[in-house]
Amino acid sequence: MTLVTPNAIFARRHLLTCEGLTAGEITALLDIADKAADTNRQVNKKRDVLAGRTLINLFFEASTRTQSSFELAGKRLGADVMNMNVATSSVSKGETLIDTAMTLNAMRPDILVVRHHAAGAVELLAQKVDCSVINAGDGAHQHPTQALLDALTIRRAKGRIAGLTVAICGDILHSRVARSNIDVLNTMGARVRIIAPSTLLPAAVDRLGAEVFSDMNKGLEDCDIVMMLRLQRERMQGSFVPSTREYYHFFGLDHEKLARAKPDALIMHPGPMNRGVEIASTVADHARSVIREQVEMGVAVRMAVLEALARQLPNQ
Amino acid sequence: MRKNQATAPTTPDTVFINARLVDPATSRDEPGGLLVRDGVIADIGSHLRRNAPEGATVVDCRNHVLAPGLIDAQVYTGEPGQEHRESLKTASHAAAAGGVTTIIVMPDTTPVIDQVALVDFIQRRGRDNAIVNVHVMAAMTRELKGEEITEIGLLKRTGAVAFTNGKSTITNTRTMRQVLNYSKDFGALVVHHTEDPYLTLGGAMNSGEVSTRLGLPGIHKLAETIVVERDVRLVEMTGGRYHAATISCAESLAVIRAAKAKGLPVTCGVSVNHLTLNENDIGPYKTFLKLRPPLRSENDRMAMVRGLASGDIDIIVSSHDPQDVDVKRQPFAEAADGAIGLETLLAAALRLHHNEDIGLLSLLKALTINPAKLFGLPSGKLEKGAPADLILVDIGQPWVVDKANLKSRSKNSPFDESKMQGRVLRTLVAGETVYQYGGENG
Repeated sequence: MTLVTPNAIFARRHLLTCEGLTAGEITALLDIADKAADTNRQVNKKRDVLAGRTLINLFFEASTRTQSSFELAGKRLGADVMNMNVATSSVSKGETLIDTAMTLNAMRPDILVVRHHAAGAVELLAQKVDCSVINAGDGAHQHPTQALLDALTIRRAKGRIAGLTVAICGDILHSRVARSNIDVLNTMGARVRIIAPSTLLPAAVDRLGAEVFSDMNKGLEDCDIVMMLRLQRERMQGSFVPSTREYYHFFGLDHEKLARAKPDALIMHPGPMNRGVEIASTVADHARSVIREQVEMGVAVRMAVLEALARQLPNQ
Repeated sequence: MRKNQATAPTTPDTVFINARLVDPATSRDEPGGLLVRDGVIADIGSHLRRNAPEGATVVDCRNHVLAPGLIDAQVYTGEPGQEHRESLKTASHAAAAGGVTTIIVMPDTTPVIDQVALVDFIQRRGRDNAIVNVHVMAAMTRELKGEEITEIGLLKRTGAVAFTNGKSTITNTRTMRQVLNYSKDFGALVVHHTEDPYLTLGGAMNSGEVSTRLGLPGIHKLAETIVVERDVRLVEMTGGRYHAATISCAESLAVIRAAKAKGLPVTCGVSVNHLTLNENDIGPYKTFLKLRPPLRSENDRMAMVRGLASGDIDIIVSSHDPQDVDVKRQPFAEAADGAIGLETLLAAALRLHHNEDIGLLSLLKALTINPAKLFGLPSGKLEKGAPADLILVDIGQPWVVDKANLKSRSKNSPFDESKMQGRVLRTLVAGETVYQYGGENG
């Protein structure tokens, strides 16, 4: 079930990007997450790996799913978890990102989980603090735990990642989920396809190791995994695509397009979904949809990442 | 704009002996000497190599390069309005340390330099506070809004050496046509920043694999070429003198080359950053390398170097743009554009010479006589009667840039901690030493 590699451990101080993660590191995290997923199905889910540690969720961008997933992961491992709602904090009073980082750093957290609307912001912050930093999404750059939970979901459902054909469909241009997944899936030996209208494709995306399609029917041909992306509301009306109706017609996942993929193809979506925009409601609830499993694996993967980072934390 | 004209008769002559005279205007590169009297070059040649005239102060150049001081035609300061970034005085000290004896300052200030009184103000401030020559490039539209033409005739008569829309591009084709058409009557030079703001909207760096990996919105290079191409057509239509301020890609260069081949009055510049750095240098979001136009691919950088060597690119500028730490230490897309460059202009440019990409004479030509001719300045050459704006340079001396030692008020150098080869030993403006290397590190 797992790839056997000599260096199957994750020994980094931060998790900022999927670029450069080795197959061994990813496998190590997925193995820990597998066990965490089992624990999470027990009555007693609590462990003490992070007992005495402080975890701060610092979210500069609204998020329900990821923030609560990290919160639960931290609490199940015994950490003290604090959520910082930045929309109502001093950042909106003109404090710079770096000042905020320094202020939080002075409170001596052990792990900072950061989401920010600008690419590179989490990396900038990580340079200024003493604790471990987890990137919970920075602009259109990276969202590492999302790609890891997707990989875990795929591995548990299919028994492997290597050799599978994965189609990532939708707003690739603005998607950190797509970038992170391209990195992880390529590293784990999957074949990655990108399906999007040309207005939602970033420059030179083929150079990242993906085959590019703007015809969804062709792109889904013989795929093992269909991974849909959310289309942001502000991009629906004319600036990138002319209308939700037209988008749904050509890039929405309905039963007809899904039939192009393999008969046992899985349906994935990082959420939150726009039913009837990028995905038909009945497809989202399809027997082969693993969208709810993704949420469940989200907690497990975040526990695995926290546990792996905690092993690197100083004990004195 | 010479210094101390009144005291000149009592100043003794200065003679520079044992110099390697490098003068791009005459393609001179030979051992010799140079005599300075009353702030101007009084004599030059091999006969002065060892023989100092009686009574003259002797400077032994020890075979180092004696060349015309550099002319930097794109310098942003914060004066007036944002002196915390840079004043004319601090910019001039940075210039002197970098071997730049003339700076042409941009009108992107608060207020915008779009009126006669403001041009006069900058000239007076330059005369009183700066230690190098300061010239003004005035706004060609009011408040740089790209709508109404400024008083180009009167501004030119006051001393504006060229007209520009600063960091912004005139999108209204009709306005641009009128500017070129009107400025033609005065022989005024129009200097244009060429980036289509609609195509570059929200962009943070060159569009390509690197921007995609970093998740940063890209700026396609053709957003520049499209404007250059349009402008060249308007030059063809109007006959106005046109200079593309800083081009950055091979496609724009091809347009300029074709325009020159047609005999149109078109020239262009390049910033030293685009000759020596590329998009990969941005690495993990280094905001000090966030520039406009953005750093391009290595292929485009090489095209710029070839364009310079072939003479299709006329001048090199530093594009000196002081920004304070607060606006630079931000997430990349939100950080301010721009980098300082006066003090590293020559040393960075010399990389091309040391790499054998371009000869010393051709390189210095784009920093001296070419901008002098373009902007109608008397300097930029080693010639009897020309102002004694001179630099003495040890072109082989290695050093490492340390921002703590930079004289600019802002420290946003893209070359911080970079290795350089080539040190300005002494800078003279109108015969007066305004900078002398004291052996400090960096």
